[in-house]
Amino acid sequence: MESRMKLSLGPVLFYWDRKTLLDFYADMASQPLDVIYLGETVCSKRRAMGLDDWLGLARELSQVSQAEVVLSGLALVEAASELASLKRLCDNGDLRVEANDMGAVQLLAERRLPFVGGPALNLYNGHALAELVNAGMVRWVPPVECSGALIRQAMAQLRGLDVTVPELEIFAYGHLPLAYSARCFTARAENRPKDDCQFCCQGYPEGIPLLSQEGQALFTLNGIQTMSGDVSNLLADYAGLSACGANLLRLSPRAAGMNEVITMFDAVRRGATPPLAIGGCNGYWHGQPGMLRAEEVGLC
Amino acid sequence: MHLVCPAGSLPALKAAVRQGADAVYVGFRDDTNARHFAGLNLDERQLETGLRLIREQRRQLYVAVNTYPQPEGWERWRRAVDQAADLGVDALIAADPGVLAYASRRYPQLNLHLSVQGSATNAASLAFYQERYGIRRAVLPRVLSLKQVRQVAAGSPVPIEVFAFGSLCIMAEGRCHLSSYLTGESPNLCGVCSPAKAVRWSEEPEGLTSRLNDVLIDRYARDEPAGYPTLCKGRFMVNGQRFHALEEPTSLNTLDLIPELAAIGVTAMKIEGRQRSPAYVEQVTRVWRAALDAYLESPAHYAVQPAWRDVLAGLSEGSQTTLGAYHRAWQ
Repeated sequence: MESRMKLSLGPVLFYWDRKTLLDFYADMASQPLDVIYLGETVCSKRRAMGLDDWLGLARELSQVSQAEVVLSGLALVEAASELASLKRLCDNGDLRVEANDMGAVQLLAERRLPFVGGPALNLYNGHALAELVNAGMVRWVPPVECSGALIRQAMAQLRGLDVTVPELEIFAYGHLPLAYSARCFTARAENRPKDDCQFCCQGYPEGIPLLSQEGQALFTLNGIQTMSGDVSNLLADYAGLSACGANLLRLSPRAAGMNEVITMFDAVRRGATPPLAIGGCNGYWHGQPGMLRAEEVGLC
Repeated sequence: MHLVCPAGSLPALKAAVRQGADAVYVGFRDDTNARHFAGLNLDERQLETGLRLIREQRRQLYVAVNTYPQPEGWERWRRAVDQAADLGVDALIAADPGVLAYASRRYPQLNLHLSVQGSATNAASLAFYQERYGIRRAVLPRVLSLKQVRQVAAGSPVPIEVFAFGSLCIMAEGRCHLSSYLTGESPNLCGVCSPAKAVRWSEEPEGLTSRLNDVLIDRYARDEPAGYPTLCKGRFMVNGQRFHALEEPTSLNTLDLIPELAAIGVTAMKIEGRQRSPAYVEQVTRVWRAALDAYLESPAHYAVQPAWRDVLAGLSEGSQTTLGAYHRAWQ
């Protein structure tokens, strides 16, 4: 019998202050989550929580929650100091790590540690997946631009290659992380130099909306990360997610309303009928521009 | 330092060779490379002609097979690797671990370069590709400061190539899905960014307007110069202000950095622009050849000639150039 779909809570992509983060996770601890990802994946200058703080939080969570706790690594690793932090993360000696850069893959493979391949790794086909499985990847979170069809084909291709098939986790809810830059767009929007950013991204708990000159929401600025303007929501695509072989659905934290989001996904995985349509975008899943809602453009 | 120049056509390849490129990089005529534009790239016959010229002139030919294959396209990518190996190219530029694995196992003698699309920005990442696939060079994304390039080069197991001149990707190459979010086609999967087929220009009451898949990218006043609507270079609204929220239309130009990059031990300088005309390639290559020769001749007395700067400014987006991320203040 197929095992029940798991729900995971992705790492918080925004910069929240320490109290907000701790309150958020205290709240999440009682939610029906199977995996909780912790850590800073966007900007190494965000230091409200250090590695020891994350590890301490992980210990607390493991006492009150059944969820597996995973540490997520930085996506754009440039400075020597960032590489050193990544090494410490991989050497935590306890928790599984999500690699979001091939540098992390290398460090984890050197240590022979199994790892999660995060959405910031460019893995698009079975042959590439086989390489990562050989390096120790046990769970794959595809790049957010992948369609359901591509993911299904990649997994099928992998199955033909005689390697262990990793778990499949799909980014199912939240602002999509779309791009990483050396430049901090939040600092730029506030006319501050990056080296004197004053942590201004903390003033935007869900990033800054970037609109077209006609007022269309396009992107969300989140420090060096650019996210989708719309929230991606694949709840109405639940049947397709199941058919695709997804083992986990990732819900990416927002500043408010996560309990309701988790409740909705939890109900559907327990057998409730998924909604026919829901707000937010899901174009990528249907092989269309990511910003689209497939139902609206007549694709479903 | 080697000068690596782009060619999207046989005339561009000839121009690059004529003006002193040490190596020319090209792509096949399909989506296996990151400049998959209509009418661009070389067919088999043109490649053979180009390679003959390159051999006569004792230069090098690199082939980019640097997009990420989708499962159904795998055979096409494999054939592209086979074709490059059969041609006897001097290097294959690739990013996908599956493609690199195939190339290194099937053709152990084939010289592999990690493409900028591989998005390797640190020594550990470079070690991954070197240990597993034996890459012999890596092209670094345009997101690193000079200090970071120095750090990465110092810890790198392979020689480093950096971008010298051309269009400036504001995002880490290989780490940007903005184009597919708006148009469905991205550099990683389709070899295009802000694809021409999604572009629409219109005269509207508010001014000349450029759109990408119906999304307004920019709008120009009567005398304002208008540029191609690459989506990261449009003007958008952020916190009630209209400005180039991501990046201005500008080109990367690192003529000033040649001494620093040489001191770091950078092996090769890459000119961007396989989508550019032969005349563009000709002029840019000429300037860079002159600059690198001047530096080699007398490193202590190297100075950027105003004439070089003028030529490059004339060929740059919005006639502007920048040191980009190499200069920390840009970030």
